[in-house]
Amino acid sequence: MSSEVSPRLNSLRNGPDQRGRFGTFGGQFVAETLMPLVQDLANAYQAAKADPGFRQELDYYFRDYVGRPSPLWHAKRLSKELGGAKIYLKREELNHTGSHKLNNVMGQILLARRMGKTRIVAETGAGQHGVATATVCALFGLKCTIYMGAVDVERQKPNVFRMHLLGAEVHPVTAGSGTLKDAMNEAMRDWVANVHDTYFLVGTVAGPHPYPEMVRDFQSIIGIETREQILTVENRLPDVLVAAIGGGSNAMGLFHPFLDDESVKMIGVEAAGHGLDSGLTAASISRGRSGVLHGNRTYLLQDEFGQIAEAHSISAGLDYPGIGPEHSWLNDIGRVEYVGVTDKEALDAFQLLTRTEGIIPALECAHGLAQVMKIAPSMTPDQIIVLNLSGRGDKDIFTVADHLGVSL
Amino acid sequence: MSRIKARFESLKAEGRGALIPYLQAYDPDLETSLALLKGMPAAGADLIEIGVPFSDPSADGPTIQAAALRGLKAGATLAGVLAMVRAFRQNDSDTPIILMGYVNPIDSYGPARFCVDAAEAGVDGLIIVDLPKEESDLLSADAQKNGLDIIQLVAPNTPDERLPYLLNTASGFIYYVSITGITGTRTASHDELAAALPRLRAASSLPVAIGFGIRTAEQAARAASVGDAAVVASALIATLASTLENGKASSATVPAVLDQLADIARAVRGT
Repeated sequence: MSSEVSPRLNSLRNGPDQRGRFGTFGGQFVAETLMPLVQDLANAYQAAKADPGFRQELDYYFRDYVGRPSPLWHAKRLSKELGGAKIYLKREELNHTGSHKLNNVMGQILLARRMGKTRIVAETGAGQHGVATATVCALFGLKCTIYMGAVDVERQKPNVFRMHLLGAEVHPVTAGSGTLKDAMNEAMRDWVANVHDTYFLVGTVAGPHPYPEMVRDFQSIIGIETREQILTVENRLPDVLVAAIGGGSNAMGLFHPFLDDESVKMIGVEAAGHGLDSGLTAASISRGRSGVLHGNRTYLLQDEFGQIAEAHSISAGLDYPGIGPEHSWLNDIGRVEYVGVTDKEALDAFQLLTRTEGIIPALECAHGLAQVMKIAPSMTPDQIIVLNLSGRGDKDIFTVADHLGVSL
Repeated sequence: MSRIKARFESLKAEGRGALIPYLQAYDPDLETSLALLKGMPAAGADLIEIGVPFSDPSADGPTIQAAALRGLKAGATLAGVLAMVRAFRQNDSDTPIILMGYVNPIDSYGPARFCVDAAEAGVDGLIIVDLPKEESDLLSADAQKNGLDIIQLVAPNTPDERLPYLLNTASGFIYYVSITGITGTRTASHDELAAALPRLRAASSLPVAIGFGIRTAEQAARAASVGDAAVVASALIATLASTLENGKASSATVPAVLDQLADIARAVRGT
């Protein structure tokens, strides 16, 4: 990967290890039928990573199709409104398809093509990853099957329609709680039944190795650009980075290039749902414990017997009972602070950004903004916060209207 | 000698393959599944696999997914499954019991303590679907110390060069997943099975059980003769599910499953 930030020997950026682990987290907990596939994938990814031609191809699509680099916007009215720190927004919502998801999808689809795969399966929660995947499948003429929880299909109808328009098959998953974790199970079942031609395009920094590493690498373009941009305009690094976390791909993408910059504090914002102690939460780090699901060891919401709990968040994209394993490790070593933001706080933040900056954020990153609202007032005007504005909120207007008592 | 080894040796002396039925613990309730477990040896089970219910059975098809949900609803826990095995062992000290499930409930229980308690309860082997050899150090030492076989899975797409790595330290038997796919869906053809076995025989002298997609008595008989054992799971659970009334066991549940098992056993034994 081209980066001005080169890993040091004692770097926090060197993970995962040979076993795909970040500390005790990560690994390859998959059925034997999938082992040859994840091993092939790891080898193919390492070969692609070492090939300058692959990076050049990705850079081309990033620039001319995704629309990179995304701007780093100084949110002056928002900063003034909150009083205190200077707030910048990394405008990932301006990417084609409206979120950071396309960064990862573009990287993986180029890899899938290199591997000669002709059919793509993916899971999706809010539908952003599903739309991004359907988009590149349309671009390259590949068959595309998306698994989406039946509950999410219902609350994210516009994205379901977009996927259909793009030529994807969308399978509503009724098993379990009918949300993202169940869609993930179903996508894995599809993959294991179609090993010969199918590529499983995971949407976040979770799953068996090499997915957490690979998705992080593709999303790291966010942090690499942010670093260059902030040094250009401010001639210094930011004080605080903030990003919302479901599986954690937009946060890893922003954080990873800064992990060795000790002066830069990082906050990952989990969805607390109705509140961290309400029992209706998606805060895997704050309220979960180490366990194994979907191919990796990580923090999971689970009961005392190891059965996976159902997550809750107003945001379908954060409604997942786990989190990427690298986040679990960054939490345990204390490098990143993980906090929870409730549905209500996110709704307030959603409206604030819309009014002060004319930007309708996705409910996912409204969680990040709510955390910015908590910390910015007690900081000084020479201090800098960068919030990853990971997606646009058009898809969420029905949910928000519903919560505001407006019928559309 | 372990129960698994003893059972395969005595069957070899008889000149026939083994039948391994599967039941999901607590499906649809503890009493029914315990009655099934206790009734299976007389109905022709040579070894028995007990599924440990898990909330996210990502390698299982709809039939076993539904069974797992019923089991969880009925209050299944790993400790409860071990208690079932203990109850079974009061009257049967010979039939090998293999627990099949996913890592997380074991991880949550504590792998070391689990191996001690499972062996003490009378469990003989473990099939942990999402614990490949690469991750098996989570409990391999504890399993060995307590005389539990970790049953190694092999799939049609397992490369030849991977077989020695998987099988050199394997014990008990080999579980050949006869299709690339989830449980209870496609059935491997005779040619596919015939092609697979020499690969396994060349790599290991352990008995080979064939599972996934074996539905009928005829298929079971063929698998048990091509390999050393046939695993029948979804077909029995589908029968169980068809006898439920409003999700609850009926008077027909236990007899229907055991009758079906007896039919399959007759075919496997050629009687």
